[in-house]
Amino acid sequence: MGTVFSFDVRGGEPEAVRTALEEAIAQLHRVDEVFSTYREDSQISRLVRGELTVEECDPEVAEVLELGAEAERVSDGWFSTRYEGQLDPTGIVKGWAAERAALHLAAAGASGVNVNGGGDVQLYGVPGPHRPWRVGVSDPLRPGSLAAVVSAAGVDELAVATSGTAERGAHIVDPRTGRSAVTDLLAVTVVGPRLTWVDAWATAAFAMGSRAGLDWLESLPDVEALLITAGDEVRCTGGLAQRLG
Amino acid sequence: MHALKKNRPLRRITLAAATTVTGVVLLLSLKPHTPPTPASASSSAGHSSSPSSGDSSGSSSGSSGGSKSTGTRTVTGDTVQTRWGPVQVRITLKDGRITDATAVAYPSDNPKDQEINSYAIPQLRRETLAAQSAQIDSVSGATYTSDGYMQSLQSALDSAGL
Repeated sequence: MGTVFSFDVRGGEPEAVRTALEEAIAQLHRVDEVFSTYREDSQISRLVRGELTVEECDPEVAEVLELGAEAERVSDGWFSTRYEGQLDPTGIVKGWAAERAALHLAAAGASGVNVNGGGDVQLYGVPGPHRPWRVGVSDPLRPGSLAAVVSAAGVDELAVATSGTAERGAHIVDPRTGRSAVTDLLAVTVVGPRLTWVDAWATAAFAMGSRAGLDWLESLPDVEALLITAGDEVRCTGGLAQRLG
Repeated sequence: MHALKKNRPLRRITLAAATTVTGVVLLLSLKPHTPPTPASASSSAGHSSSPSSGDSSGSSSGSSGGSKSTGTRTVTGDTVQTRWGPVQVRITLKDGRITDATAVAYPSDNPKDQEINSYAIPQLRRETLAAQSAQIDSVSGATYTSDGYMQSLQSALDSAGL
């Protein structure tokens, strides 16, 4: 799956921010080279074939595998970095890469950063002096309308990730069966400080289904969520209302 | 670039992921079936968020035309290659606001594509218009074809100087 990353960067010293933007884009291309499971010569592909050890890969490989393992532990296996028995960290890479790109721009002095990687968003700062970043959540059942608008008012960092049945069919796997997850959900949107985690939690909760998914999300610190079922019910965590606007 | 812009301050348009006054879009192919499109980078980092953003980055290769005398014009975005085929978006602007968005090219090679796009394209169009009125900066939950749509839309916005 190709993914488009879009950047909206405000403020800061123009030259420094421009340089940081170029570096962030170069990093994303590097991530693609290293982590793509569809490139025969990527480090991940070579790792799977046993041609490389983790130690011989870029240090980011070990970092991402550890993040994936952590997500797997916290989600009790509902998030997995294996697909059909094979190592496939794709599920954690996108969120991690977008978060890292956004952080790189914020660290370079940008006063507002909005990085959207295929519908998953990492925000830092503010877009302007008088308003916060606002992220619309697509309504899977109502073409053209938004199910909610999430606001970053009052916080300096916020991430919004949505998992759901893609246009081209389910792409989320039940790690226990290895098949497409049987779920009553159409979409799960998770909100929290870091995209790496909210992206993984959205994936896991989607596979769990509305009941278990909502309970589990409520148990996580600093995380709020919106779940939309196939029956057109909307379920939210208790603190989500504070993030809407 | 356009006389219209110089005469009246454009209302700042805030629109989905694509609305950025300062935007860069690139295609990252984690699972490529088509060669990745090179980064279509129209970047202007560090933009001030003044309400009159007629000076925004205009380094895209989109094309524009239309009748300026009425304050209405159309801008066509770049053709963006997606895994399933090319996507190209055309927007219509009146007095600095988007009044319409149309996909002039989209995948239609097989029945599945046609089925998907029969609802996806109108949805994206409405989202474009809704996003503008909802004052949002980004959309969570976008899907594959819409990425191509967003990318083409971005280039149209860049060309329009929005």
